[in-house]
Amino acid sequence: MSSYLIETLKTRFPAAVLETHDFRGDETVLIKKEALPAAAAFLKDELGFDFLMDLTVADYLPREPRFELVCHFYSSKHNYRLRLKCPVAGTDARIASLTPFWAGANWFEREAYDMFGINFEGHPDLRRILMYDGFEGHPLRKDYPLKKRQPRIPHRD
Amino acid sequence: MGLETLFGHSYLTTRLDEAVNWARKYSFFNYPFVTACCGMEFMSTFASTYDIARFGAEYPRFSPRQADVLFVVGTVNEKLAPVLKRVYDQMCEPKWVVSFGVCATSGGFYDNYATVQGIDKIIPVDIYIPGCPPRPEAVLDGLLKLQQKVSTESVLDRKYR
Ligand code: SF4
Repeated sequence: MSSYLIETLKTRFPAAVLETHDFRGDETVLIKKEALPAAAAFLKDELGFDFLMDLTVADYLPREPRFELVCHFYSSKHNYRLRLKCPVAGTDARIASLTPFWAGANWFEREAYDMFGINFEGHPDLRRILMYDGFEGHPLRKDYPLKKRQPRIPHRD
Repeated sequence: MGLETLFGHSYLTTRLDEAVNWARKYSFFNYPFVTACCGMEFMSTFASTYDIARFGAEYPRFSPRQADVLFVVGTVNEKLAPVLKRVYDQMCEPKWVVSFGVCATSGGFYDNYATVQGIDKIIPVDIYIPGCPPRPEAVLDGLLKLQQKVSTESVLDRKYR
Protein backbone atom coordinates (compact mmCIF):
# COMPACT_ATOMS: atom_id res chain seq x y z
CA MET A 1 0.00 0.00 0.00
CA SER A 2 3.03 2.13 0.16
CA SER A 3 2.58 5.52 -1.44
CA TYR A 4 -1.00 4.73 -2.40
CA LEU A 5 -2.21 8.10 -1.20
CA ILE A 6 0.62 9.93 -2.87
CA GLU A 7 -0.06 8.25 -6.19
CA THR A 8 -3.78 8.92 -5.91
CA LEU A 9 -3.25 12.60 -5.24
CA LYS A 10 -0.67 12.91 -7.99
CA THR A 11 -3.04 11.38 -10.52
CA ARG A 12 -5.94 13.49 -9.38
CA PHE A 13 -4.07 16.82 -9.15
CA PRO A 14 -1.09 16.51 -11.50
CA ALA A 15 -0.57 20.26 -11.80
CA ALA A 16 -0.93 21.08 -8.11
CA VAL A 17 1.32 18.54 -6.41
CA LEU A 18 4.71 20.18 -5.92
CA GLU A 19 6.56 17.57 -3.98
CA THR A 20 5.97 14.31 -2.16
CA HIS A 21 7.72 12.47 0.58
CA ASP A 22 7.25 9.00 1.98
CA PHE A 23 9.08 7.53 4.90
CA ARG A 24 7.95 4.22 6.39
CA GLY A 25 4.35 4.84 5.50
CA ASP A 26 4.42 8.42 6.73
CA GLU A 27 3.21 10.18 3.63
CA THR A 28 3.55 13.88 2.92
CA VAL A 29 2.24 15.85 -0.03
CA LEU A 30 3.12 19.44 -0.80
CA ILE A 31 0.47 21.13 -2.91
CA LYS A 32 -0.17 24.59 -4.26
CA LYS A 33 -2.34 26.64 -2.01
CA GLU A 34 -4.85 27.38 -4.78
CA ALA A 35 -5.61 23.66 -4.91
CA LEU A 36 -6.22 23.31 -1.19
CA PRO A 37 -10.05 23.45 -1.17
CA ALA A 38 -10.32 20.96 -4.03
CA ALA A 39 -7.80 18.64 -2.42
CA ALA A 40 -9.57 18.92 0.93
CA ALA A 41 -12.90 18.01 -0.63
CA PHE A 42 -11.30 15.08 -2.41
CA LEU A 43 -9.61 13.83 0.77
CA LYS A 44 -12.77 14.08 2.76
CA ASP A 45 -15.39 12.83 0.34
CA GLU A 46 -13.50 10.28 -1.68
CA LEU A 47 -10.60 9.09 0.40
CA GLY A 48 -12.52 8.98 3.68
CA PHE A 49 -10.35 11.35 5.71
CA ASP A 50 -12.93 12.19 8.34
CA PHE A 51 -10.60 13.64 10.95
CA LEU A 52 -8.41 16.74 10.80
CA MET A 53 -5.92 15.91 13.54
CA ASP A 54 -3.84 19.04 13.42
CA LEU A 55 -3.43 22.20 11.48
CA THR A 56 -0.53 24.52 12.02
CA VAL A 57 1.96 26.76 10.29
CA ALA A 58 5.75 26.84 10.07
CA ASP A 59 7.78 29.96 9.36
CA TYR A 60 10.86 29.41 7.18
CA LEU A 61 12.14 32.99 7.12
CA PRO A 62 14.09 34.12 5.01
CA ARG A 63 12.87 31.60 2.47
CA GLU A 64 10.14 32.73 0.12
CA PRO A 65 7.42 31.43 0.12
CA ARG A 66 7.99 32.00 3.76
CA PHE A 67 5.21 30.06 5.48
CA GLU A 68 4.02 26.54 5.16
CA LEU A 69 0.59 25.38 6.25
CA VAL A 70 0.82 21.87 7.68
CA CYS A 71 -2.27 19.69 8.08
CA HIS A 72 -2.45 16.18 9.45
CA PHE A 73 -5.37 14.06 8.40
CA TYR A 74 -6.59 10.73 9.64
CA SER A 75 -9.16 8.36 8.25
CA SER A 76 -10.88 6.34 10.92
CA LYS A 77 -12.50 4.20 8.25
CA HIS A 78 -9.29 3.04 6.62
CA ASN A 79 -6.69 3.87 9.26
CA TYR A 80 -4.76 6.09 6.82
CA ARG A 81 -2.76 9.11 7.78
CA LEU A 82 -1.61 11.89 5.52
CA ARG A 83 0.29 15.11 5.94
CA LEU A 84 -0.60 17.88 3.55
CA LYS A 85 1.49 21.01 3.25
CA CYS A 86 0.91 24.24 1.34
CA PRO A 87 3.48 26.99 0.81
CA VAL A 88 2.12 30.46 1.66
CA ALA A 89 3.95 33.61 0.60
CA GLY A 90 4.86 36.15 3.26
CA THR A 91 3.72 38.99 1.03
CA ASP A 92 0.34 37.38 0.54
CA ALA A 93 -0.35 35.48 3.75
CA ARG A 94 -3.77 34.20 2.83
CA ILE A 95 -5.12 30.72 2.33
CA ALA A 96 -8.55 29.10 2.08
CA SER A 97 -10.08 27.99 5.36
CA LEU A 98 -10.76 24.31 5.96
CA THR A 99 -13.74 25.02 8.22
CA PRO A 100 -16.29 24.12 5.51
CA PHE A 101 -14.85 20.60 5.46
CA TRP A 102 -13.84 19.96 9.05
CA ALA A 103 -15.48 22.05 11.75
CA GLY A 104 -12.49 21.32 13.97
CA ALA A 105 -10.34 23.53 11.78
CA ASN A 106 -11.96 26.55 13.42
CA TRP A 107 -9.77 26.88 16.51
CA PHE A 108 -6.66 25.54 14.78
CA GLU A 109 -6.94 28.29 12.25
CA ARG A 110 -7.58 30.91 14.90
CA GLU A 111 -4.40 29.78 16.60
CA ALA A 112 -2.44 29.85 13.35
CA TYR A 113 -3.80 33.33 12.71
CA ASP A 114 -2.92 34.48 16.20
CA MET A 115 0.61 33.10 16.18
CA PHE A 116 1.61 33.54 12.53
CA GLY A 117 -0.80 36.05 11.05
CA ILE A 118 -2.09 33.83 8.29
CA ASN A 119 -5.52 34.93 7.09
CA PHE A 120 -7.86 32.05 6.52
CA GLU A 121 -10.36 33.11 3.92
CA GLY A 122 -13.88 31.91 4.60
CA HIS A 123 -13.27 31.37 8.30
CA PRO A 124 -16.46 32.26 10.22
CA ASP A 125 -14.77 34.02 13.15
CA LEU A 126 -11.10 34.76 12.65
CA ARG A 127 -10.08 36.29 15.99
CA ARG A 128 -7.09 35.78 18.24
CA ILE A 129 -7.49 32.75 20.45
CA LEU A 130 -4.47 32.72 22.78
CA MET A 131 -3.17 36.27 22.98
CA TYR A 132 -5.25 39.08 24.42
CA ASP A 133 -7.03 41.92 22.67
CA GLY A 134 -4.63 44.72 21.94
CA PHE A 135 -1.68 42.42 21.36
CA GLU A 136 0.24 43.58 18.34
CA GLY A 137 1.98 41.32 15.88
CA HIS A 138 2.22 37.58 15.72
CA PRO A 139 4.63 36.13 18.26
CA LEU A 140 5.68 32.91 16.55
CA ARG A 141 6.83 34.70 13.43
CA LYS A 142 10.59 34.42 13.22
CA ASP A 143 10.95 38.19 12.95
CA TYR A 144 8.94 38.91 16.12
CA PRO A 145 11.52 40.43 18.51
CA LEU A 146 12.59 37.81 21.04
CA LYS A 147 12.50 40.15 24.03
CA LYS A 148 9.44 42.13 23.09
CA ARG A 149 6.81 42.24 25.85
CA GLN A 150 3.34 43.71 25.66
CA PRO A 151 2.05 44.00 29.22
CA ARG A 152 -1.64 44.66 29.79
CA ILE A 153 -1.05 46.48 33.04
CA PRO A 154 1.98 48.60 33.95
CA HIS A 155 4.79 46.69 35.61
CA ARG A 156 6.24 47.77 38.95
CA ASP A 157 9.71 49.45 39.02
CA MET B 1 -5.25 48.78 64.83
CA GLY B 2 -6.03 52.04 66.55
CA LEU B 3 -4.94 52.50 70.19
CA GLU B 4 -1.35 51.43 69.61
CA THR B 5 -0.76 54.50 67.47
CA LEU B 6 -1.23 56.49 70.67
CA PHE B 7 1.43 54.52 72.47
CA GLY B 8 4.09 54.49 69.75
CA HIS B 9 7.06 52.17 70.15
CA SER B 10 6.48 51.50 73.82
CA TYR B 11 6.34 48.45 76.03
CA LEU B 12 2.62 48.11 75.45
CA THR B 13 3.01 48.05 71.69
CA THR B 14 5.75 45.45 71.66
CA ARG B 15 3.72 43.17 73.90
CA LEU B 16 0.76 43.67 71.65
CA ASP B 17 2.94 42.93 68.61
CA GLU B 18 4.00 39.70 70.13
CA ALA B 19 0.48 38.55 70.79
CA VAL B 20 -0.85 39.67 67.42
CA ASN B 21 2.05 38.22 65.46
CA TRP B 22 1.79 34.94 67.31
CA ALA B 23 -1.84 34.70 66.35
CA ARG B 24 -1.23 35.76 62.78
CA LYS B 25 1.66 33.48 61.99
CA TYR B 26 -0.03 30.31 63.21
CA SER B 27 -3.32 30.88 61.45
CA PHE B 28 -2.60 31.75 57.86
CA PHE B 29 -5.62 31.55 55.64
CA ASN B 30 -4.22 31.15 52.17
CA TYR B 31 -5.60 31.86 48.77
CA PRO B 32 -4.13 29.42 46.25
CA PHE B 33 -3.66 31.15 42.90
CA VAL B 34 -2.70 27.98 41.09
CA THR B 35 -1.98 28.17 37.39
CA ALA B 36 0.35 25.36 36.42
CA CYS B 37 2.28 22.20 37.27
CA CYS B 38 3.56 23.54 40.61
CA GLY B 39 -0.01 22.97 41.81
CA MET B 40 0.82 19.27 42.18
CA GLU B 41 3.47 19.95 44.79
CA PHE B 42 1.17 22.46 46.41
CA MET B 43 -1.46 19.76 46.82
CA SER B 44 1.11 17.34 48.10
CA THR B 45 2.21 19.84 50.73
CA PHE B 46 -1.36 20.15 51.87
CA ALA B 47 -1.99 16.41 51.93
CA SER B 48 -1.39 14.12 54.86
CA THR B 49 2.25 13.14 54.19
CA TYR B 50 3.59 16.65 54.62
CA ASP B 51 0.58 18.04 56.39
CA ILE B 52 0.88 21.80 56.35
CA ALA B 53 -1.73 21.82 59.14
CA ARG B 54 1.16 21.25 61.54
CA PHE B 55 2.08 24.87 60.88
CA GLY B 56 -1.43 26.21 61.13
CA ALA B 57 -1.73 27.11 57.47
CA GLU B 58 -3.96 24.36 56.20
CA TYR B 59 -7.05 26.34 55.49
CA PRO B 60 -7.45 27.57 51.91
CA ARG B 61 -10.03 30.28 51.33
CA PHE B 62 -11.25 30.60 47.81
CA SER B 63 -12.21 34.20 48.31
CA PRO B 64 -9.32 36.67 48.43
CA ARG B 65 -11.35 38.78 50.85
CA GLN B 66 -11.05 36.09 53.50
CA ALA B 67 -7.40 35.22 52.92
CA ASP B 68 -4.20 36.69 54.25
CA VAL B 69 -1.53 34.79 52.31
CA LEU B 70 -1.61 34.73 48.55
CA PHE B 71 0.17 31.67 47.17
CA VAL B 72 1.03 32.29 43.53
CA VAL B 73 1.69 28.80 42.29
CA GLY B 74 2.82 28.43 38.68
CA THR B 75 3.37 30.42 35.52
CA VAL B 76 1.68 33.80 35.25
CA ASN B 77 1.37 35.24 31.78
CA GLU B 78 0.64 38.75 30.61
CA LYS B 79 -2.94 37.79 29.84
CA LEU B 80 -3.47 36.76 33.45
CA ALA B 81 -1.53 39.58 35.10
CA PRO B 82 -4.51 41.93 35.59
CA VAL B 83 -6.41 39.09 37.28
CA LEU B 84 -3.58 38.46 39.71
CA LYS B 85 -3.39 42.17 40.49
CA ARG B 86 -7.09 42.28 41.11
CA VAL B 87 -7.04 39.27 43.41
CA TYR B 88 -4.22 40.88 45.37
CA ASP B 89 -6.03 44.19 45.61
CA GLN B 90 -9.12 42.45 46.97
CA MET B 91 -7.24 41.00 49.92
CA CYS B 92 -7.45 42.92 53.20
CA GLU B 93 -4.42 44.01 55.18
CA PRO B 94 -2.47 42.41 56.67
CA LYS B 95 -1.55 40.32 53.65
CA TRP B 96 1.49 38.46 52.44
CA VAL B 97 2.47 36.98 49.12
CA VAL B 98 4.39 33.79 48.51
CA SER B 99 5.89 33.19 45.11
CA PHE B 100 5.88 29.43 44.65
CA GLY B 101 8.32 27.96 42.12
CA VAL B 102 10.66 29.57 39.62
CA CYS B 103 7.93 30.46 37.15
CA ALA B 104 6.17 32.74 39.59
CA THR B 105 9.50 34.02 40.87
CA SER B 106 11.25 34.90 37.62
CA GLY B 107 9.32 33.46 34.70
CA GLY B 108 11.49 30.36 34.96
CA PHE B 109 12.58 29.08 31.59
CA TYR B 110 9.65 30.80 29.93
CA ASP B 111 11.60 33.82 28.79
CA ASN B 112 9.15 34.62 26.04
CA TYR B 113 6.51 36.95 24.67
CA ALA B 114 3.72 35.68 26.92
CA THR B 115 5.15 35.15 30.38
CA VAL B 116 5.52 37.72 33.16
CA GLN B 117 9.16 37.62 34.25
CA GLY B 118 8.35 37.22 37.92
CA ILE B 119 5.14 38.19 39.70
CA ASP B 120 7.01 40.92 41.57
CA LYS B 121 6.53 42.90 38.38
CA ILE B 122 2.84 42.94 39.27
CA ILE B 123 2.54 42.72 43.07
CA PRO B 124 4.95 42.87 46.03
CA VAL B 125 6.27 39.49 47.18
CA ASP B 126 7.35 38.46 50.69
CA ILE B 127 8.80 35.00 50.22
CA TYR B 128 10.20 33.30 47.14
CA ILE B 129 10.33 29.50 47.06
CA PRO B 130 12.76 28.25 44.41
CA GLY B 131 12.42 24.99 42.53
CA CYS B 132 10.74 23.63 39.47
CA PRO B 133 8.63 22.57 41.21
CA PRO B 134 9.78 23.08 44.81
CA ARG B 135 9.67 19.97 46.94
CA PRO B 136 7.17 20.08 49.81
CA GLU B 137 10.07 20.43 52.24
CA ALA B 138 11.05 23.63 50.45
CA VAL B 139 7.48 24.87 50.67
CA LEU B 140 7.36 24.22 54.40
CA ASP B 141 10.71 25.95 54.73
CA GLY B 142 9.26 28.93 52.88
CA LEU B 143 6.29 28.93 55.20
CA LEU B 144 8.55 28.94 58.25
CA LYS B 145 10.47 31.85 56.75
CA LEU B 146 7.21 33.70 56.30
CA GLN B 147 6.31 33.00 59.92
CA GLN B 148 9.67 34.42 60.98
CA LYS B 149 9.07 37.47 58.88
CA VAL B 150 5.62 37.97 60.35
CA SER B 151 6.97 37.67 63.87
CA THR B 152 9.32 40.60 63.27
CA GLU B 153 6.59 42.93 62.12
CA SER B 154 4.95 45.53 64.27
CA VAL B 155 1.36 46.61 64.26
CA LEU B 156 2.73 50.10 63.76
CA ASP B 157 4.69 49.61 60.58
CA ARG B 158 2.36 47.69 58.39
CA LYS B 159 1.20 50.18 55.80
CA TYR B 160 -0.31 49.98 52.40
CA ARG B 161 2.56 49.00 50.16
S1 SF4 C 1 8.28 26.25 38.21
FE1 SF4 C 1 8.30 24.33 37.04
S2 SF4 C 1 6.75 23.06 38.01
FE2 SF4 C 1 6.37 25.18 38.66
S3 SF4 C 1 4.89 26.01 37.21
FE3 SF4 C 1 6.92 26.50 36.45
S4 SF4 C 1 7.41 24.85 35.03
FE4 SF4 C 1 5.74 24.13 36.33
